[in-house]
Amino acid sequence: MTVDESNVILKMTGITKRFPGTLALDKVQLTCERGKVHVLLGENGAGKSTLMKIISGEYQRDEGTVWFNGREVNFTNVRQAMAAGISMIHQELSLLPERTIAQNIYLGHEPEKEGFKGIVDQKKMVTDSKALMDSLGLDMDPQTSVKKLSIAQQQMVEVVKALSQEVRLVIMDEPTSSLTSREINKLFEIVERLKQNGTAIIYISHRMDEIKRIGDSITVMRDGQYIDTVSAAEADLDTLITMMVGRKIQKMYERNYREPGKVIFETDNLCGLRFRDVNIKVREGEIVSLSGLIGAGRTEFAKAVFGIDPIDAGCFKLYGRQINRIDPTNAIKYSMCLLPEDRKKEGLVLQTPIKENLTAACLKKTFKMGILRNKPENEIGEKYVRELRVATPNADKIVGELSGGNQQKVVIGKWLETGCKFLIFDEPTRGIDVGAKCEIYILLDSLVHQGYGILLITSELNEVIGISDRVYVMKDGEITGELTRDELSQDRIMRYAVGEGEVV
Amino acid sequence: MSFKKQNSASLISHILILLAVIAVMAFLRPESFWTVNNLSTVILQQAPYTILMAFGMSLAILAKGIDISMASVMVLSCYLSAPFFKEGNWLLGVLIAFGVGIGFGICNGLLISKIRIEPFIATFSVDFVALGIAYVVCNGKYIYGFSNSFRWITNGELIPGIPNVALITIVVFLLLLFLTRYTIYGRELYSVGYNAVAAQHSGIRVDRMIISVYAINGSLAALTGILFLGRLNAADPSIRGTLTMDSIASALVGGIAFGGGKGSVVNTVIGALIIMFIRNGMNILGISTNWQQSVVGLIILLSTFYNLGIENVIKKIIALRSMDQKQPVQ
Repeated sequence: MTVDESNVILKMTGITKRFPGTLALDKVQLTCERGKVHVLLGENGAGKSTLMKIISGEYQRDEGTVWFNGREVNFTNVRQAMAAGISMIHQELSLLPERTIAQNIYLGHEPEKEGFKGIVDQKKMVTDSKALMDSLGLDMDPQTSVKKLSIAQQQMVEVVKALSQEVRLVIMDEPTSSLTSREINKLFEIVERLKQNGTAIIYISHRMDEIKRIGDSITVMRDGQYIDTVSAAEADLDTLITMMVGRKIQKMYERNYREPGKVIFETDNLCGLRFRDVNIKVREGEIVSLSGLIGAGRTEFAKAVFGIDPIDAGCFKLYGRQINRIDPTNAIKYSMCLLPEDRKKEGLVLQTPIKENLTAACLKKTFKMGILRNKPENEIGEKYVRELRVATPNADKIVGELSGGNQQKVVIGKWLETGCKFLIFDEPTRGIDVGAKCEIYILLDSLVHQGYGILLITSELNEVIGISDRVYVMKDGEITGELTRDELSQDRIMRYAVGEGEVV
Repeated sequence: MSFKKQNSASLISHILILLAVIAVMAFLRPESFWTVNNLSTVILQQAPYTILMAFGMSLAILAKGIDISMASVMVLSCYLSAPFFKEGNWLLGVLIAFGVGIGFGICNGLLISKIRIEPFIATFSVDFVALGIAYVVCNGKYIYGFSNSFRWITNGELIPGIPNVALITIVVFLLLLFLTRYTIYGRELYSVGYNAVAAQHSGIRVDRMIISVYAINGSLAALTGILFLGRLNAADPSIRGTLTMDSIASALVGGIAFGGGKGSVVNTVIGALIIMFIRNGMNILGISTNWQQSVVGLIILLSTFYNLGIENVIKKIIALRSMDQKQPVQ
């Protein structure tokens, strides 16, 4: 698409960013114009946030050039970028709850009393923030403390805060994920005002309807690469989704499907923190994926089922047993386990040896009379190091010294040793290398052949398509769709995940 | 490096401090410090109380907590049970002493695990409550004059040459060493201390573990109280003294890390002996008790730097040695 060169405020070309072991951005480009909304589109992990952090000075690029406001820039911290007129509104709220709206808005650049350096002019701060909020059409008392505000109002304060200094470019990272439609309208009014003032906006969102509504141009990214930039008016949904998910068919996934057996896990209108009315079932011998975007409530669902978080309403059946309340100890007793999302914090005791982690969930089974003995523990250690091919000289090695993939194998070994047959795997392949991923897929396949039932939560669509028998899609805490293996496609999953399921 | 080697590095480094303290004193005052009489008095008669209390403190710290209330709970259990010991109603005395100790311990555990109050704040508050009740019950009156048969519990010598209080401490030490090192309970305790979230995800009942740890602390406080009664032949709230601070100091100087999960009851014994010998040494050198407090404070500070420094050195030595051993095989 054509760009009016005289109007360009930000121009990034050939941006490359490497993290240890991964290429986060590969020669990405982006051009923003004054008074325009530029939408950045891509799956989780496509590199959008990394790119934004390079603009706002949080990360430094490895290669490429950034032009901002007519000159080449190289921000080494957030303050420099802010001083140049770049403001970022984060997805997670970063306000101080105990302080007032005005204090939050002017945090770090409080107006000083005339003649008294270092003394904050409270009065000026309040009147200035009131004026600022009025200009944006917000009716809030600047002296209210932030903790009394709703999440949506806090989001608005974040916006005001971003605009309290002279801004030329505002970055909004999924600003509407916690807003109701009325509040979204309000936000869009503000965006409209900003555009009229000549401010450029980079807008990150997964919601297709919004993108068409406020976007002027759209840049799509995938796997750290720049795909294309199109005009929002001309773009159609199908093209965008195709561009987002790509067409790569990977050979990594080996599945030998089998006829599933009896139902082992079934929820009945299960409600909890950030999910509600979930009805899903898993049968013996099948891998069922729970797909959706990050923040859709999938991890919260898994934690509630395993008994880490409370169940608010509803119940579930596990191997025929009706369960309303549960804790992890009983969950394991009833043959269920959860491979947690964060293996370092939740899955392993990093400072202890491999073998101690392997027996952690079945101490009573391993050690008779409650007395620790070396022999059974060493046997278990050797067995899983051998069978799961953990790369270590022996099972005495401290688990924290292993690589991510090998750590994950230890967590899996821990659960296999318990003999639990219903496994919930939350992001089992996150942050591990391709080789280990492949091994985990093969392992999952062999497990379902031994009669295990697996509920897989993953944000990688390729993975969902590659190894699932069935897929449930969750959006904002609700199941929006169920797809069988024949119906699986990335387009379909994405449509359900972003709330466009009806269009299909 | 393997897990066991890391732990033994920590232990060796602290035994070194203890030996250094003893060596310095033996050099400065060989005639009064380096005598069987003085050494056995410190180890067998003075140290046991601090060691017993420090055991409890160490368990709490291992479970990523702390127990500020132990000394006051000791005073209260001591005070409430003293009249019965005096009358010779020993069974009731023991029941009341341990009942009070374990009761307050469970209370601490519930506050920390179920109500999720920070361990420091929970036990700090309970400390005031327990001590306050002790002063009210005491009401300025001392209980004194216990029978010799009662005092035998502390001062008698079931094994000639070793006072019973030392014998009891050794038994408790062996029990705790067994419990923490060779049982599922011990494994779970360390897991909770290292990473309570992961422990919970592995099906370990973290709340129960925490409550049980503070209950054990309470019973250790009760036991120390009974032994103290026998030694002092009197009960009054001032016996609390510096026991809380000394037991925290023992754990820290011995190498029990505040982050939880690191160290063992062996470290506690070494730490307590270091503190006791430093106090004893300063007494012999004629340094006033006021200055002794400051010195103990400095020792704690120095020991944290020492922990960082010497452990790395010893780890390197061990690593080098194990490399030497491996090379011929290759």
